[in-house]
Amino acid sequence: MTDLASRPAQAPEAGARRRRAIGAQRLSDATILLLLIGMIAAFSVLTPAGTFLSLSNFESVLLTASQLLILSCGTTFLLIAGGLDLSIGAVTVFSAVVVAKVMGALAGTAAQAADFQYPNLAVAVAAAVGGGLAVGLGWGVLNGVLAVRTRIPPFIATLATGGIVLGLASVWTDGQNVQNVPLPFQTGFGLGKLFGVVPWPIVIAAVVTAVSWVLLAKTRFGLHTYAMGANLEAARRAGIDVGRHMVLLYAGMGALCGLVAIIDVGRFGTASITSHSGDGLAAIAAVVIGGTSLFGGRGRISGTIVGALIPAVLQSGFVIMDVQPFWQNVAVGVVLLVAVYVDQVKIRAQTRA
Amino acid sequence: MTPVLELRGIDKSFGPVQVLHDVAFTAYAGEVTALVGDNGAGKSTLVKCVGGIYPIDSGDYLFEGKPVHVNSPRDAAELGIEIVYQDLALCDNLDIVQNMFLGRERRNGLVLDEDSMEELAQKTLASLSVKTVKSIRQLVSSLSGGQRQTVAIAKAVLWNSKVVILDEPTAALGVAQTAQVLELVRRLADNGLAVVLISHNMNDVFAVADRIAALYLGRMAAQVKAADVTHSQVVELITSGRSGELGLKNGSGVTQ
Ligand SMILES: Nc1ncnc2c1ncn2[C@@H]1O[C@H](COP(=O)(O)OP(=O)(O)OP(=O)(O)O)[C@@H](O)[C@H]1O
Ligand SMILES: [Mg+2]
Repeated sequence: MTDLASRPAQAPEAGARRRRAIGAQRLSDATILLLLIGMIAAFSVLTPAGTFLSLSNFESVLLTASQLLILSCGTTFLLIAGGLDLSIGAVTVFSAVVVAKVMGALAGTAAQAADFQYPNLAVAVAAAVGGGLAVGLGWGVLNGVLAVRTRIPPFIATLATGGIVLGLASVWTDGQNVQNVPLPFQTGFGLGKLFGVVPWPIVIAAVVTAVSWVLLAKTRFGLHTYAMGANLEAARRAGIDVGRHMVLLYAGMGALCGLVAIIDVGRFGTASITSHSGDGLAAIAAVVIGGTSLFGGRGRISGTIVGALIPAVLQSGFVIMDVQPFWQNVAVGVVLLVAVYVDQVKIRAQTRA
Repeated sequence: MTPVLELRGIDKSFGPVQVLHDVAFTAYAGEVTALVGDNGAGKSTLVKCVGGIYPIDSGDYLFEGKPVHVNSPRDAAELGIEIVYQDLALCDNLDIVQNMFLGRERRNGLVLDEDSMEELAQKTLASLSVKTVKSIRQLVSSLSGGQRQTVAIAKAVLWNSKVVILDEPTAALGVAQTAQVLELVRRLADNGLAVVLISHNMNDVFAVADRIAALYLGRMAAQVKAADVTHSQVVELITSGRSGELGLKNGSGVTQ
């Protein structure tokens, strides 16, 4: 045992000690990364050359993963803080309906749209994007206030708001997908590429991921998120406004749903009522596979990236191998079970220590 | 001498249950004031009122002679009051440095200034002659009870506080670690802080305390100089609320 007090404090040594401590934690996350690399290697061998392992397939995998990755970033924060949001699929659908309706209504008259003429395109896109984000944010704030004020467990609270929000979206649209999305929004944004190289959805997902990473690992906000998940009372006594922080996390989650809705409408040119019902659970699965604890207090964005990529890699591999892509669900379920089991073993080992 | 911390006529109820009745309490700079009382007497509740965790129903709260309103842990911290709670309240998933700075982190622009916090934490532990922790980047979950207590105390000392309140800091500790913590408590007072120590152990109390305040069923039975009373008088105050001339007059709630 070293005598800490008698050793003079040295800044360089300080940094090295911290990096060592962090390194030890990262080691355990490496397992899931190895799994992903193993999957990629296996598919590369099992598929014809130039199909799975190609730049275009790489791009398509990232494109598939982009929306899940954005939702998973928000979910990582929530789970670490001890929250949970099952309504994110519904909020995404509702926001998408707002985006599509606002854009369709403002871009021009129906006659003009029939001729692919959109005289007010810029205004329409701006209003739709703002509206989608605002509506997502609003539902997020509602979830947060419910979780903080009523003390209804977030599992139930967000299950209920999810049902309400999806119900309202269906009532509003008669359960029909919303069409009439201006074509240029799809060609220019949803299918467009930054500098003609990187698809916009991938760019946005990368930015969200990078910001989340820094926010969680390097800032006061991130540290407080961890503290709340481990010991809410300790966080409160340390002077952290835990109620406000929690509402902010749910609000951010809602805004990310709005962002995903904008991407979704851009990619598919329609607001789909039915295609996002599983998003909430998919995001939770990705985050937990990535090593974030369902019980709060532990997790990292690096793990979440891996967790969000696994379903897309599986899907792509199975499609190219001509295996029914539904096997993806089976595989993700198995990986999830293993991840949670490993997490619990870790917790048990820790409490025994 | 003006007490650093003075409470007068504090009442506190939880719903229909009144836990504190007309409690008066003072703590002076450079002294250790022991707060004693049986289980459920209201010691922790009184401390949480001081710390802004529970709002008081009525009564005066004076800090350095001036009336103040403490409505949150942040208010108490801003005055210079630090509390080491009975249940410690550390975050197991954070390391020692992170726990010591929680809620008051140093920043370098937008990101945390880890190196400067680490250095300061190091210095604080060194100034307290803490020699038992291996690395200050250790997770708190890996520490022993005494080490956790030390971290909590160091956290309180870090902030140049004027009042440090410790709720049963030695309850779960062995002989050697208890002696270390008591030594730490004495050193804090000798450095000019007002220290409040809650303890059930009369030996500990008489070893370090300058004054003793005894709570009995939510009422302040007596606050006396430690030199003026004996072990058995304090035990009587704790168990029956009175001892000869000292203490409550037949449940009337009036302090001598
Ligand atoms: N949040 C609360 N709600 C209701 N009653 C409470 C609450 N906190 C404390 N009490 C009650 O107030 C009384 C005093 O409790 P307190 O914890 O202050 O006692 P204590 O003197 O610290 O005891 P111990 O020595 O066991 O720590 C007890 O009867 C307890 O049940
Ligand atoms: Mg107590």
